[in-house]
Amino acid sequence: MTTMAERTHTTSDAPEAASGIQTLSLGKAINEGLRAAMRNDDKVMLMGEDIGPLGGVFRVTDGLQAEFGEQRVVDTPLAESGIVGTAIGLAMRGYRPVCEIQFDGFVFPAFNQITTQLAKIHNRTHGAVPMPVVIRIPYGGGIGGVEHHGESPESLFAHTAGLRVVSPSTPQDAYTMIQEAIASPDPVIYFEPKSRYWGKGAVDLDAPVGAETLNAAQVVRQGTDVTLVAYGPSVVTALKTAEALAEEGRSAEVLDLRAISPIDTGAVVASVRKTGRCVVIHEAPVFFGAGAEIAARVTEECFYALEAPVLRVGGFHTPYPVAKHEHEYLPSVDRVLDAVDRAFAH
Amino acid sequence: MTTTNGSNEAIPTLQLLDPEGRRVTTRGTKGYRDRAAALTTEDLRGMYRDMMLTRRFDDEATSLQRQGELALFAPARGQEAAQVGSAYALRPQDYVFPSYREHGVLHVRGLDPVDRLQFFRGSDHGGWNPTEHNTSVYTIVIGAHTLHATGYAMGVQRDNTPLDKHDGTAVITYFGDGATSQGDVNESMVYAAVNQAPVVFFLQNNQWAISEPTTRQTRTPLYKRGEAFGMPSLRVDGNDVLAVYAATQEALERARTGQGPSFIEAFTYRMGAHTTSDDPTRYRTTEQEEYWRRRDPIDRLGALLRAEHALDDDFEAEIKAAGDELGAKLRTGVRALDGGAPVSTFDDVYATPHGIVAAERAWYEAYDAGDPPAPQYAIADSAQGGAR
Repeated sequence: MTTMAERTHTTSDAPEAASGIQTLSLGKAINEGLRAAMRNDDKVMLMGEDIGPLGGVFRVTDGLQAEFGEQRVVDTPLAESGIVGTAIGLAMRGYRPVCEIQFDGFVFPAFNQITTQLAKIHNRTHGAVPMPVVIRIPYGGGIGGVEHHGESPESLFAHTAGLRVVSPSTPQDAYTMIQEAIASPDPVIYFEPKSRYWGKGAVDLDAPVGAETLNAAQVVRQGTDVTLVAYGPSVVTALKTAEALAEEGRSAEVLDLRAISPIDTGAVVASVRKTGRCVVIHEAPVFFGAGAEIAARVTEECFYALEAPVLRVGGFHTPYPVAKHEHEYLPSVDRVLDAVDRAFAH
Repeated sequence: MTTTNGSNEAIPTLQLLDPEGRRVTTRGTKGYRDRAAALTTEDLRGMYRDMMLTRRFDDEATSLQRQGELALFAPARGQEAAQVGSAYALRPQDYVFPSYREHGVLHVRGLDPVDRLQFFRGSDHGGWNPTEHNTSVYTIVIGAHTLHATGYAMGVQRDNTPLDKHDGTAVITYFGDGATSQGDVNESMVYAAVNQAPVVFFLQNNQWAISEPTTRQTRTPLYKRGEAFGMPSLRVDGNDVLAVYAATQEALERARTGQGPSFIEAFTYRMGAHTTSDDPTRYRTTEQEEYWRRRDPIDRLGALLRAEHALDDDFEAEIKAAGDELGAKLRTGVRALDGGAPVSTFDDVYATPHGIVAAERAWYEAYDAGDPPAPQYAIADSAQGGAR
């Protein structure tokens, strides 16, 4: 677990620094991370729909085909199972494919390849055939999208052994974690919080790339009374809630999980033992969601430290709603405050 | 004309050896006949031997299953010419993506016969190291591996750009008539065709997808599928080892020389059950089985060899002895496969440490050792994701 004193989640007016630190949107930070990975290793290649001249529907691959050519930035046929299935074959040949799935709801045609093949080939071959494949998936709601454009299917992947499932919340993490995901010999499902693509923050382009951020949660705000656990797009919601709580005289600690496979149980437990209360926030439905797993683990490890049951704030057990209603479905500051109130009422 | 197998015999089908084992000299097949003619007598005797040993492998494995030593077995009986003939056209550097019934292909590739039964014994999900024989392990989700083959071929293509750097590697993938209905098989042909990837799609149309006849999969002869995707496609008599060999060699050459993918439909028959759990008497007629029994691929090559004085009692005895040796090896080797210690379940789930797996493994080891109960979900060292 690491602690960083300051992280910027909102637009900064600071001019771009010269020393390798730039102010970038989260989407642009991923773009720079992809560029760095491709410059460092010519086996890294990108595959997806409309990622070439268009630069992807969110422009995350903007300019990369121009720099690296059509053999390394591949506009694929419109078939997601084909994207992932051929990426598996390319990995068998020694390549490191990074697949872009255009939207969360479109990953399901590839679900079979991801869960029955990609996740298991390393195990099936006793490590003889590693699967260094990254699946990038813009996920989550809040952008007024049509059906299949606002979902959060991360638990479906976390439930499959062999996959790593991560989601950055800041431009810096997005930049570092995409490079770590590409460097990983394991398949990584890299969920990009699409509602935060345009949020800017400082990115140190020379930041070291190890493996830590793929495994370790991070305390992004210290506090003493309640732990707010979040990842991806919900970290901003948690931080805003913590500010509101501070005005009420309550001190919230905010933990950015970064990964839900593996979950950094140690970081969650350490925080909850200190605060005695825990609220988990994610956009995915709470029913069988990551929050349920966290609640079970916290209850087992922190039973005598808990002042209240672990509570969850997230989506409902309904299809993702129409855009007109999505703001009632998504975890809001108000709903998190309500959960914190309930935790304090015990 | 509709035959007992429900297919139209008038469909153009490459045949170089008729069911009686006589060489056929149909107009327009000279290129293929030349390829077959390049096979020496020793090559043909080798094919015969390998087909016979493939059938022996089938019989031995079926017996082992009946004795309770295998959980399941999927026999290849009847498909020996399709498998051995195509495998003879391969080079060592070529990469093979089999389905789960390609025992003849794996035999020719030199894989250990005991390893080839690990999957069916339930002692391993694979059984061999794919990198040692350039042969992937069996894939059970029907058709999923055909995309891996196309992807691998796309990698070969990138390694070999420009083409004069080409090391001659080609890729072949095997699948069945049922698999042609799978989305992945169709997507793999789309990707292969638009990329002109060096891959050969080798369909063994054995007439049956468990209990469903080919008429439940298609209204059109299956070789036409490949044609529609924009690749050279051919139907061959799958029980004619010479035709299979010649057609596969031609397709592989196209792959090696930058001419893209090809599709071969080997028209054959699954003489046995789908697996040892199947009962074909519930869905097919003895008349159909008899029709195909008269077209047995091994008898056909044997008749040719006898006519050309290349098969005598000594050689038959030699093959019988090799079969006995194979059987003994399987009976001993298979019984010794125990899957290793149960804790090996936690091995190689990930290539790098994963905290959840590490914690569960630690719990299991303590439980297994009878140590005081450890918490099942002990906290792993968070920063490193836990020790392996």
